[in-house]
Amino acid sequence: MNVASRFRTLPETGDRVQFTLDGAPASAPAGVTVAAALLAHSGAWTRQTVKGAPRTAYCMMGVCFDCLVEVDGTPNTQACMTLLREGMTVRRQTGLRDLNGGHCG
Amino acid sequence: MAEVDLIIIGAGPAGMSAAAFAARGGLQVLILDEQPHPGGQIYRNVAQNRSKRGFLGQAYAAGTDLVDALDHPHITLLTGATVWRLDKGPQVTWSRGAKSQTTSAAHVLLATGAQERPVPFPGWTLPGVMPAGAAQILMKTAGMLPKDAVLAGSGPLLYLIAAQMIDAGSPPQALVETQTFPQMLSATPHLPRALFGLPTLRKGLSLIAKIRKAAVPRYTAASGFHATTTESGNILFSFRANGRDQRLTCGLLLTHQGVIPGTHITRAAGIEHYWNAAQGAFQPEHDLWGATDQPGLHVAGDGAGIGGAEAAASAGELAGLNILCQSGRLSSDTRNQRAARARAALFRARAIRPFLDAAYPPPTDILAPSDNTIVCRCEEVSAGAIRQAIREGAQGHRQIKTSLRCGMGPCQGRMCDATLRGLLSEGKASQPISPPRARSPIKPIALGELAALSPPQEEPA
Ligand code: FES
Repeated sequence: MNVASRFRTLPETGDRVQFTLDGAPASAPAGVTVAAALLAHSGAWTRQTVKGAPRTAYCMMGVCFDCLVEVDGTPNTQACMTLLREGMTVRRQTGLRDLNGGHCG
Repeated sequence: MAEVDLIIIGAGPAGMSAAAFAARGGLQVLILDEQPHPGGQIYRNVAQNRSKRGFLGQAYAAGTDLVDALDHPHITLLTGATVWRLDKGPQVTWSRGAKSQTTSAAHVLLATGAQERPVPFPGWTLPGVMPAGAAQILMKTAGMLPKDAVLAGSGPLLYLIAAQMIDAGSPPQALVETQTFPQMLSATPHLPRALFGLPTLRKGLSLIAKIRKAAVPRYTAASGFHATTTESGNILFSFRANGRDQRLTCGLLLTHQGVIPGTHITRAAGIEHYWNAAQGAFQPEHDLWGATDQPGLHVAGDGAGIGGAEAAASAGELAGLNILCQSGRLSSDTRNQRAARARAALFRARAIRPFLDAAYPPPTDILAPSDNTIVCRCEEVSAGAIRQAIREGAQGHRQIKTSLRCGMGPCQGRMCDATLRGLLSEGKASQPISPPRARSPIKPIALGELAALSPPQEEPA
């Protein structure tokens, strides 16, 4: 399940932020979204649908909701709309489709 | 927060330009945007990138002025604010930092922009397949360059992104374009008008020249997109072009078929919408100033009809001037005089659109994809299931929603409404299909947050 990132991150100077992904340490440049950090980290899925299909962030602008992950214990967080912060705990998620007891029109 | 005269939803070129004009004219402006920084998708992070990522080009850097103009004592900018409700009044409710609040103003400008047209084909849901615009957002916001990517689809944005990737030192492996020679021919009658937008036309040609010079292989009149994943996680992309089956293996498959107005908010607001056949999308009715049929509600920018960033900035200026006039800060004569420049700019910016719309239309196998294509990504509903429901008598968006849950997931139809319309109109000459309904909350919101919403009269500081 180790898939290399599909992106090359420019070696711009700047701070890095440490976070964990499914318990393993990872890092990304400061100021990026959780979705960008995950895509820079690996090319694999970050969410599985109810039917078990692999998905990851798609639109990067808050439209598609394929980027849902668990952030600091809150499932169904839109990774592309969430800025990565130092020490964040990120988990990939499976199966869920309703937002956080939320309501989807 | 002080009394607000104008609430602007969306800090893209239209919203930013309207804010500046309204504030300079004396109005108190509140501008709300979902993203962490102003700029909209086109100028995402432009102020953060002042001295870096030059490969994004001059047209992008031009957005800095619009962002800088927001630095005005009459403008309050709230980023990370997701508007999820709009009521008569008008009254706007948004969520920020997991808390919701409501504000009213005499005028609300909806400048929420566009989204990429969904590009469904078998395999479009796989990790490794992405809209080209999404990859561009990663370039702008995170300095991330697509590695070993194929760009597939059609339209000017495809050329722009290819050129940016070339300048950034990460050229695409290939460009797979769907437009056909007959489509190009059918667009030529629009060329004389497009000459009014000569700089835009020239820029387009220079992008194509750059792609040629970089010797990026190009396929045209491509169809039958299909993607699967290889053992190592790469994308195996197959399609038909030049009368032959083609296969490319790539790290990323970046697709694009133009952009469409994001109309959830304008539909939920009860504004009348019509089908723009040339652009293949619904858009809100509005007058020359962006005023709509709903009292106090105005629209500007790509959300009101696709015109691009420059057109959006001009439309924002016109809406700003009109709102000043309606607020009694400008006479209609002064408004009309001051609007002349923006009108001329808007005309020039839009001159190239009819040519582009005709030359780069979305292909039919994307508008109404093959049966084995997932149409609704959220609920995993296939085109085959939808066609079956239509054969069994389902007539509109609503019936398909209730029978298949298509469009009932968290994206609320943003990723499937356009395709659903394509499937519903298949084989029908020109039967009008009304736009799907949109209701509040127009973005999913946690129930706890709904319950905790303070009533508008006790507005939190
Ligand atoms: S990637 Fe589409 S909503 Fe986050």
